[in-house]
Amino acid sequence: MTAVADKPVEPIEVVRVHVPKRSLASELRAIKIVWRRELIRFKNDRMRIVTSLVQPFLFLFVLGGGLQQLASAGTHGVDLKTFIYPGILCMTVMFTAMFSAASIVWDREFGFLREMMVAPVRRSSIVIGKCFGGATVAVFQGCIVLAIAWTVHVPYSLGLVLGVLALQLLLAFAITAFGLAVAVRIKQMQSFMGVMQMIIMPMYFISGAMFPAAGLPAWLTVLNRVDPLAYAVDPMRRLVFSKLAISPIARHVLDPGISWWGWRMPAILEAAVVLVLGLGLLGVAIWEFSSTE
Amino acid sequence: MSPKLHEMGDNGTPAISVNALRKQFGEFEAVKGVSFEVGAAEVFGFLGPNGAGKSTTINMLCTLLKPTSGEARVAGHDVMRERDDVRRNIGLVFQDPTLDGYLTAEQNLKLHAELYGVPKELVAPRMEQVLKMVGLWDRKDGQVMMFSGGMRRRLEIARGLMHSPRVLFLDEPTIGLDPQTRRTIWTYIRELQEREEITIFMTTHYMDEAEWCDRIAIMDKGEIVALDTPEALKADVGADRVTIHVDDNDAAIAALENRFGIEGKVAEGACTFGVEGGEQFVPRLFAELGVPIRGVSVSRPTLDDVFMSFTGSTIRDAEEDPSKHRNRVMMQMMGGGGRR
Repeated sequence: MTAVADKPVEPIEVVRVHVPKRSLASELRAIKIVWRRELIRFKNDRMRIVTSLVQPFLFLFVLGGGLQQLASAGTHGVDLKTFIYPGILCMTVMFTAMFSAASIVWDREFGFLREMMVAPVRRSSIVIGKCFGGATVAVFQGCIVLAIAWTVHVPYSLGLVLGVLALQLLLAFAITAFGLAVAVRIKQMQSFMGVMQMIIMPMYFISGAMFPAAGLPAWLTVLNRVDPLAYAVDPMRRLVFSKLAISPIARHVLDPGISWWGWRMPAILEAAVVLVLGLGLLGVAIWEFSSTE
Repeated sequence: MSPKLHEMGDNGTPAISVNALRKQFGEFEAVKGVSFEVGAAEVFGFLGPNGAGKSTTINMLCTLLKPTSGEARVAGHDVMRERDDVRRNIGLVFQDPTLDGYLTAEQNLKLHAELYGVPKELVAPRMEQVLKMVGLWDRKDGQVMMFSGGMRRRLEIARGLMHSPRVLFLDEPTIGLDPQTRRTIWTYIRELQEREEITIFMTTHYMDEAEWCDRIAIMDKGEIVALDTPEALKADVGADRVTIHVDDNDAAIAALENRFGIEGKVAEGACTFGVEGGEQFVPRLFAELGVPIRGVSVSRPTLDDVFMSFTGSTIRDAEEDPSKHRNRVMMQMMGGGGRR
């Protein structure tokens, strides 16, 4: 007799599962669980919560605090940290969203992607779940930066909090979608991070997060107007500045907005640009993902 | 082992039926038109060296790879046209781990249940059951990152069962595990097959493991060279191996040649030869050999002998063959990036 036969089979009643056919409800369940997985992983990864805050804080307090002396002549009495604060609100969610998108490369490297790919659900559900997950996680990080508004003399109000969160969610969604569209093509973590740095950093600098987007050299103005990030940074700055009590001249210089041939774009339109772009990128990511076997 | 051989499934169809299935990667023909059937509740083993086309075949059956030609039905559904139906009815345990190490065992199973749309009220009882079956119930809250290789493999098997598949595919389920863990895994697999009445299709390149299967297909260079029960395959090979310990090996070999017409040889200091019905032969040997015998042992042919007789090389030699090695490297490349 073999060991198998010797070992008594415990009389556990067999719970039989019948898996129903694919439906909208099952797709929504799949989206939800992929989203939840991102949250659980984020919660378990305390290092990531801390490390992804280092860069924004460095920019805000070290760069902002240090350059203050040079910039004081041009800021018309406004603290440079206050000026770049809206840019930092964007930066935080950008980096976190990028890392979230990277998780798909990670999942591929560690094999987990396969588990999701062979499940009887649409690939789009997996991509959408990932994208929402990345956006949610990024907004958590954004909240931390929002909480330190008082250190840069920005007064709290319900409008500020809700507005900033909405804009952050929008930006994080678009960046995650962008990251996913890139991540589908890239098989290795190092190359993914390299590519993202190469794209994200220039986009961030050109966006006007660190300087007013008016009176720039012509080439930089052109780049600024076509930089999608500029359309997220500008409404954020407008929102924050609307809560500040500063001189009209300072407002004019520091918050010029994005204008096309002298017409200043309304904030809502700028946000719409980001939304459309995010949806478009999500579409690309889904299409790319579905066409891989 | 199991009396359920070749039994048909619920709706009268075999669990797996494959007809002239072929897969070509560029110039290289990985699977050269294989055909076979696997009955319901059968444990079916696919045996062969690395690069023989086992994983390619399994990937086609799991809808992960499109066949170049031929057809295959799994759990009554066509792998090309009814991909989703196949996927709902199969469980997969891959050669490489596919668990999320950051999650707990329970979270991994829950995620799987949600992705496969297991009815909500059944998730908890089913999870308890599969975790108890593989002996991981008390570790359900442990992070998978902390699990040993054997525990991870058991967890993957449990996960593959969460949605009560009709066919469970195991691609090299025991690769890289120590012998004791391999044995444990096999105990679970057999127990599982009995309890769940599930069809198990697995690949291995460990000869000794193939004996756990109800039927075995031996695959070599993209073709099935033999398909039968382990016993029948061994019977085909015929000869038992008899080893005798004598004082004078040369005299014994000469006597074997003269009296029985058997060719013996000296291996590890003892005289050994092959003969049909070895156990019945031993009394004659003592009576007629004419050379004093101090000890004798008779062994049945192993699957290693079977493999050798069908392919002309041992499974290890086949893997050391440089052309085989090239195939293996190719397969790894396919596995790494080519399955798109």
